[in-house]
Amino acid sequence: MSLQVTDLRVYYRTLAGDVKALDGVTLAIADGEIMGLAGESGCGKSTLGNSLIRIEGRMKHVGGEVTLDGVQLPIDDQRDMDHFRFAEVSLIPQYAMSALNPTRKIGKMVGELLATRGVRLQDAREELERRLLLVGLTRDVLDRYPIELSGGMKQRMVMVVSTLLDPSLLIADEITSALDVSSQRAVAQTLVEFRDRGFVKSMIVITHDVSILYQISNTLAIMYAGKLAEKASTDVMMSRPRHPYTRLLISSLPEIGVRFEEHRLTGIPGTPPSLLDPPSGCRFRDRCPLAIAKCAEEEPPFVELEPGHSVACWMVS
Amino acid sequence: MLTLERVSKSYKVGLFGGTDLPAVRDVSFSLQPGEVISLIGESGSGKSTIGKMILRLLSVNNGTITHDGTDIATLRGAALRSYYRTVQGVFQDPFSSFNPIFKADHVFGLIRGVYFGSASAADWRRRVDDALEAVTLDPAQVLHKYPHQLSGGQLQRLLIARALLLDTRYLVADEIISMLDASTRIDVLNLLGDLKARGLGILFITHDLSLGNYISERTVILRRGRIVEMGATPAVFGRPLHPYTRMLIASVPQLHQKWGEMEAGSRAGTGWAPAPTEPCRYHAALPGGGATAVPTGVAGSGLAEVEDGHFVGCVQPNDDGTCGGRPASSS
Repeated sequence: MSLQVTDLRVYYRTLAGDVKALDGVTLAIADGEIMGLAGESGCGKSTLGNSLIRIEGRMKHVGGEVTLDGVQLPIDDQRDMDHFRFAEVSLIPQYAMSALNPTRKIGKMVGELLATRGVRLQDAREELERRLLLVGLTRDVLDRYPIELSGGMKQRMVMVVSTLLDPSLLIADEITSALDVSSQRAVAQTLVEFRDRGFVKSMIVITHDVSILYQISNTLAIMYAGKLAEKASTDVMMSRPRHPYTRLLISSLPEIGVRFEEHRLTGIPGTPPSLLDPPSGCRFRDRCPLAIAKCAEEEPPFVELEPGHSVACWMVS
Repeated sequence: MLTLERVSKSYKVGLFGGTDLPAVRDVSFSLQPGEVISLIGESGSGKSTIGKMILRLLSVNNGTITHDGTDIATLRGAALRSYYRTVQGVFQDPFSSFNPIFKADHVFGLIRGVYFGSASAADWRRRVDDALEAVTLDPAQVLHKYPHQLSGGQLQRLLIARALLLDTRYLVADEIISMLDASTRIDVLNLLGDLKARGLGILFITHDLSLGNYISERTVILRRGRIVEMGATPAVFGRPLHPYTRMLIASVPQLHQKWGEMEAGSRAGTGWAPAPTEPCRYHAALPGGGATAVPTGVAGSGLAEVEDGHFVGCVQPNDDGTCGGRPASSS
């Protein structure tokens, strides 16, 4: 078991009270697993990713723990966490490609980054160039400034740098969202290749785009309003989704071949509840076509229906 | 009818604007009321520039855009105002289109000030209600609210309602659902379909092929400012003629079909380039090449009609639009 997250709760402190962005999430990721994490904006998927790296500012760790390869991550303690960041856990944030320092040549920036982990650029250079080649970049990008690279090139550069120390866990947060379809595909397939070559042991790929996850992930987790709604292997999730939210979500996605005139898709009416004061019971019940009285009273537990397939819904468990 | 005829646009870039950056080259097509055309391209393909030129937010360098026969570049004063009565735009980011200090329905007030100064309060109220009904919003839920109290889907619908307040017949919709969540984006997309049924002509600008395929009757594929292929949507997606179109379609992540192996070239980061063995359908259809390549009317320059209403451009066009590189013997 590579990563084990148990009942993790992370809230945001605001003037109006605590926003319960991550409210009791339990999941496990096996060695070599690419887990896709999908959900609407504000469902807490990025908060989950960020919590495994850095709990900052307004974020507050309220409960739960995280172990990586049997070692408990000190996610509360930012100084202790420093030993794990980049070396054991690495995050590619959403706008990583615009976060490259514009005044530094890329090679120099990588050198500075490695120096913070006590690694000299000369020692890592050979491996760095080998991996750059793998993603279709040549070594001369190291002598260039970020402005000279296209969006897709920068994104692949960041991917190589983030995984240079062979971390156990890589979190990729919406890294394909700002790219064109062709670069999107290259970036997504590079993630798989990195796993196959053992640059990273396991991965959490966060995106709102379920169809990208279908292409590359082994398992899929769907979040709704701070909680997990369903987790299963990707094939099971696409062929036999059980949670009403997952079903509605998947059936609302247009595909090539589906046309408005012939087959009108429908969205999910309503909006997710406010996490400042979340409703009792199931948080999806206001938008759920199957909701019964029990859904308002008791919160559905996240239970395993069959090995590897867990759902939080009273109507299926 | 809105017609673009051989429209080109280049931006001045570099020190003192010394360099020309061509953004749109020789683009011709027309939009009728009651149809949706999707304008699909990757970043930098010029798709938004075309939308902005139609909305007169940018000038045209070469060629003309006509609205029912009138060149829109010549419109001034009252004539321009009446153009904006019929042609309106909605853009990508609903969150930044609103001023957070004002209530969201302030955008309606702006329209009233310019176009309906003499309308009575009751008359105006009826117009607003009609427009909101058209975008399936409940007036009680959205009027007198601040932007932060509304969801992205609601805000985007308010902007569409704002565009419909006038006697709108054409809507330029530039990436209007890219920022919305999966559960609401399809509703906004369906809304466009319903508006089309009511006679609105919509230019749906997007980078997302599956959205364009879902909603449009006709598809225009742009690459580097040039049309590479256009035609009826089922034809373009079902029988793509240009290798670039085929590459785009193959890159789209599907829900029930996995990607195949990727061609080595597209991983290299140098951008897409046609394989040397790829035949030029344009050249095959028009053996004469560039000289005979300008069909009459709106069909456009540099495009060959391979089947009824299905046009394809050259695989490797030169900067002046003539076919470059492909041997004439391929025809």
